[in-house]
Amino acid sequence: MNLFLFRRVLGLLATVLAASLVVFIVLEVLPSDPAALMLGTDARPDTLAALRRELGLDQPSWWRFVTWIGNLLRGDLGISYTYRVPVSELIGARVEVTLPLAMMAIGLSTSIAIPIGVFSASRRGAASDTAMMAGAQLGIAMPNFWLGILFILVFAVWLGWFPAGGFAGWDKGVGAALHSLVLPAFALALPQAAILSRVTRASVLETLGQDYVRTARAKGLTATVALWRHAVPNALIPVATILGLQFSFLLAGTVIIENVFTLPGLGRLMFQSIAQRDLIVVQDLVVLMATSVIVINFVVDMIYRLLDPRIGAGAQ
Amino acid sequence: MKRLLTATLIAAALASPAYAAKDTITVGMQLEPPNLDPTGGAAAAIREVNYLNMFEGLTRVDENLNPHPLLAESWTISADGLTYTFKLHTGVKFHDGAAFDCSVVKFTYERAVGPDSTNGQKGYFEPIAKTECPDPATAVVTLKRPTGRFLFAMGLSDSVMISPATAATNKATPVGTGPFRFSRWVKGDRVEMLRNDSYWGAKPALKMVTFRFISDPTAAAAAVMAGDLDAFPNFPAPETLDQIRADKRFTVAIGTSSGKVVLSLNNARAPFDDVRVRRALAHAIDRKALIDALGGGGTPIGSHYVPGDAAYIDLSNTYPYDPAKARALLAEAGVKPGFVMTLRLPPPAYARRGGEVIAAMLEQVGITAKIENIEWAQWLDQVFGKSTNFDATIVAHVEARDLDVFARDFYYFNYKNTEYRAIYAKYIEAADPAAQIALAQQLQRKLAEDQPAVFLYAGAKTGVWNAKLRGLWINGPIPANHMAVVSWVD
Repeated sequence: MNLFLFRRVLGLLATVLAASLVVFIVLEVLPSDPAALMLGTDARPDTLAALRRELGLDQPSWWRFVTWIGNLLRGDLGISYTYRVPVSELIGARVEVTLPLAMMAIGLSTSIAIPIGVFSASRRGAASDTAMMAGAQLGIAMPNFWLGILFILVFAVWLGWFPAGGFAGWDKGVGAALHSLVLPAFALALPQAAILSRVTRASVLETLGQDYVRTARAKGLTATVALWRHAVPNALIPVATILGLQFSFLLAGTVIIENVFTLPGLGRLMFQSIAQRDLIVVQDLVVLMATSVIVINFVVDMIYRLLDPRIGAGAQ
Repeated sequence: MKRLLTATLIAAALASPAYAAKDTITVGMQLEPPNLDPTGGAAAAIREVNYLNMFEGLTRVDENLNPHPLLAESWTISADGLTYTFKLHTGVKFHDGAAFDCSVVKFTYERAVGPDSTNGQKGYFEPIAKTECPDPATAVVTLKRPTGRFLFAMGLSDSVMISPATAATNKATPVGTGPFRFSRWVKGDRVEMLRNDSYWGAKPALKMVTFRFISDPTAAAAAVMAGDLDAFPNFPAPETLDQIRADKRFTVAIGTSSGKVVLSLNNARAPFDDVRVRRALAHAIDRKALIDALGGGGTPIGSHYVPGDAAYIDLSNTYPYDPAKARALLAEAGVKPGFVMTLRLPPPAYARRGGEVIAAMLEQVGITAKIENIEWAQWLDQVFGKSTNFDATIVAHVEARDLDVFARDFYYFNYKNTEYRAIYAKYIEAADPAAQIALAQQLQRKLAEDQPAVFLYAGAKTGVWNAKLRGLWINGPIPANHMAVVSWVD
């Protein structure tokens, strides 16, 4: 187990280092000059040079890479080119939006999808199964940004129950903050729930055909008990895999939904920093996201072991 | 039940004490400012947040670009046009309590021309030879050469007064002399400012102003319709305007801007170095149809100047839409039908959508325009920066009165015309307003004749706001939201 952990941590570090090198090189190659972008079309050459000096962009690129990595190792993410505040401060403020949003979305999608998937599987072929799977098909086909715009139209513009976008801020109270996350969380969760419910259904159907379920029924358990005690726990491994992928997606890939709802989250920060060539922020974000994806994968691996002790035993 | 509820709500509304008019406002903007220092970045969003609100200069310009006194209550100009003596307001304080006097003027102007200056309009300050302070309430600025637009330039947001104590921190926490002071900035979401109760001039009616940043046009329209925003002075969703106009809650105000949308040509590259080809392109484009296709409104132009400015002359008919004439001119210049050019387009809709419309129009005269969509950073680097490497692009030149761009030694059009430069030199030194106007018109005619870029249209400024708001600028010749003059009526 310790060896396993050690190998994982080593792998994590290597991956993060590789990711940081790749993103740095890509941004170096990308045609752009952050200073020109900030000073506009009337800037004089000496003004541009002064700003490049101020930002440290006049240093050779290998030196900038080494300083960046060195500072990262000491926990210093650097100063944003455009905002001129520490990047850690920027990212911290954005995590406060994206993390709760991702958790709400994943909570919603799980609590919608798993019951539907299990219920559908247990009534395979019935009208309710067909209806639910048709609904899921619709959910998969519907892009989340479109759903988001629809929600804004119905629940914000017509009914006025929710704000049309923006984030109230945690300082306005937990209720107000969560209130502004409800629509985007649903817009993110429904398409994800659609996928998850189909995976759950397929997986439960597969376990329902296994010998041990038949044995459970044979020893006198009711269909419901056999389903929940024997089939469902064994069906959860693929579900956990998809959940892990979806959580990674929610942390990194909410850029579109954050734009639709104008939420100041990580996705939008990434989008903005790329457009504004705030290179240091882009670099830090890529490293952060690579790290979080790896950590989530690790957690999913751990969950496999909980769900199926044989996986851990095999590794020893 | 519903009627009962409505009745209860009305009763509750009537029973509540008779409030004075509302004194807060939430204003929508499409782009977030990268920082809040107008002397350290060119972004229009910086000015839309803080020009005349948090920061003030010696002069200011109004919504018709006329200069007015601000921190300087009056001035005299020497007969040779070289010495400006400003009489400064006394008792003016920065938001942090620091006093404003001539030493601040000297610091601000010297900083703007200094070697470490990151002022995007350093050129405005370049003519200044020295700034002297005979006493704290008098600033004497001596120029190297007469500069007709000096008072205008000193009224723009690049020239606002900066306190030495806070110059380094204005990017994140701006401190100026204006009627509003910075309160907080939730990055990615909003900037809030509060009324400066110790303001030296007339106090604003509004107590608090919030700027919210909504980049997506659909989301912007939804936020207006839902009442989350009180005003969107540069409204980005023209397709929803009919719906908003029909709604009694809103005012839709169409004004002028300084934005000149042009099809820029590389005058150094064949065949665009031939004036006949440039004129042919001008004949090939139906400006009216282009404006209608884009839906945002605007006025066709034939030169680099906008209606609403005193010196404007309408030259939009110099090369009227005439595909047959365009084909004839192209044939005369030796451009064969089927000629292929590239059109590099930055992200805004006027460029991307407009580019497709223009490509279709060029197809009619036998030119195939290959479209390449690029983002702003690439545009600045590849089209604007390495200006030898493009055929044509579509872009809005948004600076007010920027006839100088065609007179520069290095600018991406590569229009190097000695005659134009000679007229420009006279224009920039003319002190007499009538002479300035005459020369500005001469410059416009020269550009119309030469078409170094095909001048397409002057963009409209479309504002949407609550019908109970008064005082918002209808025209937007410079990026600004002058909130001190805005108020609510009942």
